Amino acid sequence: MAAADNANAAPVRKRRAEARRSERTPSGGWRTIAAKELADHLTSTRFFVLLIVVGLLAVLPMIFASADMNAQANSASGASSPFLLLFTYGSPSFGGYPMVTFVYLLVPLVGVAFGFDGINSERSSGTLSRLLAQPIHRDDVVNGKFVAGIAVIALLLAMLILVVTGIGILRLGIVPDVEQAARVIIWFLATVLYASVWLAFALLISTVVRSTATSALAGFGVWIGFTLFGSFLLPIIGQFLFPVDTSGTLSTAVASSIPQQLFLHLSPATLYQDIVKVVLNPQAGATDVFITSANQVVAGQQQIPGLLSLDQSLLIVWPQIVALTALTVLLFAISYVLFLRQEVRA
Amino acid sequence: MTEDRTPPLEPRRGVQRRRPRPTAGLNARPRTPDQARPVGGRPDAAAPVRAPEAAASPTLDPGDEEPSALPEEGGHVVRPWDVESAGSAEDRPRRRRRTVAELLADVPEDAVIVTRRLTKRYGEFTAVDSLDLTIRKGEVFGLLGPNGAGKTTTVLMLLGLTEPTRGVVRVVGLDPTREPLAIKRQVGYLPDNVGFYGGLTGRENLRYTARLNGIPRGQADTRIDELLHEVRLEDAANKRADTYSRGMRQRLGIADALVKSPSVLILDEPTIAIDPAGVEELLGLLRRLVDEHELTVLLSSHLLGQVQSLCDRVGFYSQGKLVAAGTLDELMGDADTAVELEVGVEGAPATIDSVAMAVPGVTGVRPHDRLDHLRIVSASHDVAAPLATALAMANVPIVHLRRRGTDLLELYRRFVPEGIDGRR
Repeated sequence: MAAADNANAAPVRKRRAEARRSERTPSGGWRTIAAKELADHLTSTRFFVLLIVVGLLAVLPMIFASADMNAQANSASGASSPFLLLFTYGSPSFGGYPMVTFVYLLVPLVGVAFGFDGINSERSSGTLSRLLAQPIHRDDVVNGKFVAGIAVIALLLAMLILVVTGIGILRLGIVPDVEQAARVIIWFLATVLYASVWLAFALLISTVVRSTATSALAGFGVWIGFTLFGSFLLPIIGQFLFPVDTSGTLSTAVASSIPQQLFLHLSPATLYQDIVKVVLNPQAGATDVFITSANQVVAGQQQIPGLLSLDQSLLIVWPQIVALTALTVLLFAISYVLFLRQEVRA
Repeated sequence: MTEDRTPPLEPRRGVQRRRPRPTAGLNARPRTPDQARPVGGRPDAAAPVRAPEAAASPTLDPGDEEPSALPEEGGHVVRPWDVESAGSAEDRPRRRRRTVAELLADVPEDAVIVTRRLTKRYGEFTAVDSLDLTIRKGEVFGLLGPNGAGKTTTVLMLLGLTEPTRGVVRVVGLDPTREPLAIKRQVGYLPDNVGFYGGLTGRENLRYTARLNGIPRGQADTRIDELLHEVRLEDAANKRADTYSRGMRQRLGIADALVKSPSVLILDEPTIAIDPAGVEELLGLLRRLVDEHELTVLLSSHLLGQVQSLCDRVGFYSQGKLVAAGTLDELMGDADTAVELEVGVEGAPATIDSVAMAVPGVTGVRPHDRLDHLRIVSASHDVAAPLATALAMANVPIVHLRRRGTDLLELYRRFVPEGIDGRR
């Protein structure tokens, strides 16, 4: 055996050295995959359809609103510019729906649309085994697809916001100040975060469900379910499971409402709505959102008519942002682990 | 992020499997660095460091390591692999005590693909059962077997895309579960039922592969042009891949596998679902590429003709087991022990009987199953020459003389009991 070892030693060592040398060259597989996926997304029909649908629904409210915008503007927010109203004001002539509502409704659709066939389309088209036979880590595939999805969603949203801002500046002469710009940027980031929850969810479905049609159905089904029924079913279930005791004093009522609030905030939609309310609407006090401590109740009661400064707004929604991030990470991690454990073959 | 990771990021189910294993079994026995070496060579400083890794590696046959420790822990522990273990009771103790190094001790120096006792189970089903395979540099090896015999599973284990249940695999001297990337850099793979991104052109698909392999753009483009020329897809190179015919996809798949300039090529069912003319073209292409690029090729197929014309050696797979392997000559040489000749003569076939029976070695003569004018002559060895001479001497003109069982189909029938389409 020793003789065989010695005979083997030279070529084996040489091969290993070669292998190690090539190992050192950075693979960066996820970047290659993300770049390719992003290019695919941007040239896809899917992207253009979504751009038109989301674009129309987001920009139309603001065009309708522009008529009565100037009139509203001065009375609405006193000294500061009405820039944020571009996003939050719903014209009665457009059913009273502002842009943020449409974004809230449609962002999950965008997230699902760019993720539902992430893994299973590779599998069904026979490209997965070819892809995985390249010198990349298996997780590069999931990472790359996730990054590409986030990038295309961010791009889509940024385009919308820039269009709205542009129309506001050029047609209405509404120029944002620094804080308002910062608020819109935070809202943009929060929306991307909300979309990434749905993207991670869609990728999870695409990992578990083998057929793209089924995974699309599942993804859009959950989206519709959350959007249509979530807003009124969840509170009902929450009230049933964790009833609020309103008979006592304010503080006992607040204390007893915390489990129900926690339950409602398991939903990413609720979390996101909180963020939107606070970030884009400086008038909103802490009373509008999840009350995390008695101090905030007091604070909320004290500053009812006042404006909330940016850092105060951020402070209030920080738990929501963390929760959304955690949800994304959780969903992503599940699909990640499932994908790593899956057989390459169907 | 990418750089921080340890190499084996393929599924690590081995972690779970490792837990219940008594570590005492690994430490109780003194280990010399020689024994510990996973590939049997590597007398460098890394060897002692590597030893515990190699011992704990999920690719290591658990049965190999444990028995020395188990009795000390008292009583017999029933394990799935004890119960299901192939092989008779008397050869089990011998099988047990072999380490990775021992399993790989007989591996020739120029071996490129080595498997020892490679086994893959999916629950109760054993897809690959104790496979011992050695493929040397420059060889074209054909893995033959019906659908579902475990060919693709084997290939996936070679590439580290599926983790073996147990056994040892070495591809270009590396362990696929530990260093999958290093292997995938050197191995070109044409998967069963290869697919391409329909929205991209053939050329763009190859470019993507080149990028994933970290080949610089300019170098990749030259290489891709060469390959597209070689597989004769220059004209279609800028068409979308979803307009390609099956044969074109297959050829693009071969170009794709060659983009990284591999030293080993693994082709899973390369000619499936291609028309006969396409198959011929593809085989010619493969033959040419193999000769030009000095590749080591592992080719799996359930079709026979192609393998016959392309392979230096073939292995017959049946129900997860390699039932026979060798060059065609060797395998047919085995067939020599009992040979059957089809003989046809002018005039009544009965005239053959007496003449043939007089030839030494002939054990019997019987009428042909379907063709009345032929006789089947059974013999203990190949008696074609003496039989022809005898018939000529007896003034019986021969019109037909053919040895049966000399083509691959006959071998296949013999080695693969469940039949060509996998039905039993």
